[in-house]
Amino acid sequence: MSYQVDENGFYGPYGGSFVPEVLFPNVAELAENYQDIMADPDFQNELKRLLHRYAGRETPLYPSPYLSGLYGASILLKREDLCHSGSHKINNTLGQVLLAKRLGKKRIVAETGAGSHGVATAMACALLKMPCSVYMGEVDMVRQFPNVERMRLLGAEVIPAVSGSKTLKDATNEAFRHWINNPEDTYYVIGSVVGPHPYPDMVARFQSVISCELLGQVPELTGKQLPDYVVACVGGGSNAAGSFYHFLDHPAVRLIAAEAAGKGLHSGFSAAATFLGKEGILHGTKTKFMQTIEGQVLEAHSISAGLDYPGIGPLHAYLHDTGRAEFVAVTDDEAMDAGIALSKNEGIIPAIESAHALAALAQLRLKSKDVVVVCLSGRGDKDLETYIQYSTSQKSES
Amino acid sequence: MSMLHENRLSEIFRSSRKKLSIYLTAGYPKLQDTVPLLEILQNSEIDFVEIGIPFSDSIMDGPVILHSHQVALENGMTIDLLFDQLAEIRDYISIPIVLMGSMNPVYQYGFEKFCRQCGKIGIDGLLLPDLPLIEFKRHYSTFYRQNNLASVFMISPQTSEERLAQIDEATEGFLYAVSSSSTTGASNKMEDSQSYFEQLQIRNFRNPVVVGFNIKTKEDISFVNQYVDGVIVGSAFVQILEGGFDQERIVEFIAGLKGCQ
Ligand SMILES: Cc1ncc(COP(=O)(O)O)c(C=O)c1O
Repeated sequence: MSYQVDENGFYGPYGGSFVPEVLFPNVAELAENYQDIMADPDFQNELKRLLHRYAGRETPLYPSPYLSGLYGASILLKREDLCHSGSHKINNTLGQVLLAKRLGKKRIVAETGAGSHGVATAMACALLKMPCSVYMGEVDMVRQFPNVERMRLLGAEVIPAVSGSKTLKDATNEAFRHWINNPEDTYYVIGSVVGPHPYPDMVARFQSVISCELLGQVPELTGKQLPDYVVACVGGGSNAAGSFYHFLDHPAVRLIAAEAAGKGLHSGFSAAATFLGKEGILHGTKTKFMQTIEGQVLEAHSISAGLDYPGIGPLHAYLHDTGRAEFVAVTDDEAMDAGIALSKNEGIIPAIESAHALAALAQLRLKSKDVVVVCLSGRGDKDLETYIQYSTSQKSES
Repeated sequence: MSMLHENRLSEIFRSSRKKLSIYLTAGYPKLQDTVPLLEILQNSEIDFVEIGIPFSDSIMDGPVILHSHQVALENGMTIDLLFDQLAEIRDYISIPIVLMGSMNPVYQYGFEKFCRQCGKIGIDGLLLPDLPLIEFKRHYSTFYRQNNLASVFMISPQTSEERLAQIDEATEGFLYAVSSSSTTGASNKMEDSQSYFEQLQIRNFRNPVVVGFNIKTKEDISFVNQYVDGVIVGSAFVQILEGGFDQERIVEFIAGLKGCQ
């Protein structure tokens, strides 16, 4: 079975390019050129140089004594939190902004949820001298305020998305609308493996640097050729796609995707798209997302802004249906507790998104010989406010 | 590859008179306003109407139409309800009706069932801006044909020559040309798109061309009509409904648009 996108941009029944005619030429131009540009040695060298010298790759694979002790297996953290910008998002934004320049584009637009992708885009744009506009839901601007200030300091314009639920899906809508209104010189840097073809495949390829490094790091640290598990959180699914990428065709490696269950899967405040979603068309792609019977998109809920999205990318919908990846649902509280525990016991404050992947470990039946890689997709600096509030409320409850 | 039987839409385009069409959102401003609005539009001698199916996340639309979608959804509008409202429509409304909207609600309803209902009621055309041509051909064109539904597609100033030909080939009824690259209700001036309109005029499309997006005044209309077969007024019409359904105001607005013809 192939988990690669087919020539029409589909993963099985999912994917494709469902965009209005105004955007068709832009998306088609990208689809026709992205593979050639990404395969060009000059492009590869430039990207490799920036990922290394600027973004700090390769990122360490860190065996966590605390987690290994807790679960009785070898737990290794892939430290994407140590990337410049504070998350894996920079892997994708450096790639896409470089690619936009190759296509002769003059300005960048992006959406952001937690602000991680917005910050990473603003950094790439500052570095590569591209004007940058970032749409961010009004609700997210409040809960991730430090990232708003960071984007502004980096020279980006941050535009509040005030429609709908005022979170990531609405910021994505606004970024698409911006692109529709400025199709000629603008390039849309999508932050996850979502959107019309070729975005899901292109973003997965840029993020696949994560699993590419793991191919060398896992044997070096463990003596095993391949890990037994790779665990990652899924908002749209870019850090998961990048962590899984080189293991997709190794069925012995179990791929675990942690989705945000919010206040509980059936609480009405959740973002677990594979559990609660249904196939449909959103943001230019056919995938699974949470919606009403009539096809109206439901508002997601997660304590982490980066997972607060009602859908997942088409690759993940396909990995779900084929059983290649196993999806687990992690609540707000489980993630917060896992994040706080890692902070206290390992001196690493994870992003709340990444804390969902950590909490997912509790749902696996691990054996002592198991080698488990967890993608620590980002650091928790942006989430201090949420951590403090949560800790305070826990204390007052007990 | 003309595959459509005659319907009301092809009928009205037989005359060379310029067409004026109005867009309205189903279930807006009030849930039950859809049909009374159609009656007013017919009495005001509008040539055809487009009824928008509200969607929570329409990326094609600007603030005015987005707001109408949101209100319509809050009012409880659904495709089932719209079909109920329109069930007897052909007893008293004879102008062509095109349904328009984002793919997903139609997809969830069931594409084939949707087209069948359209056929039963006497809907004349269907425009789904995010339905790609390739998907239409592969999966859906037979449903249009079986139900005598014109497949209306959009073209934009960005559309290549080669693609214009493909779209013209797949289109029935009329080509919907957007006046500029924008979401609905933007503030571009029609004069700025003159060279685009000129190109549309000299091209030999097999379909009539109707221009929509951001047409607000009779001046806009007379300017655009120099080049194409008609216009569609959307946001400007939806905007006059914002304060509520006011028949006099609607009639006056349309009289104002028609002043030039
Ligand atoms: C640190 C971090 N991890 C994960 C995500 C989720 O995105 P994705 O699923 O595309 O990796 C985000 C999104 O903002 C993030 O900031």
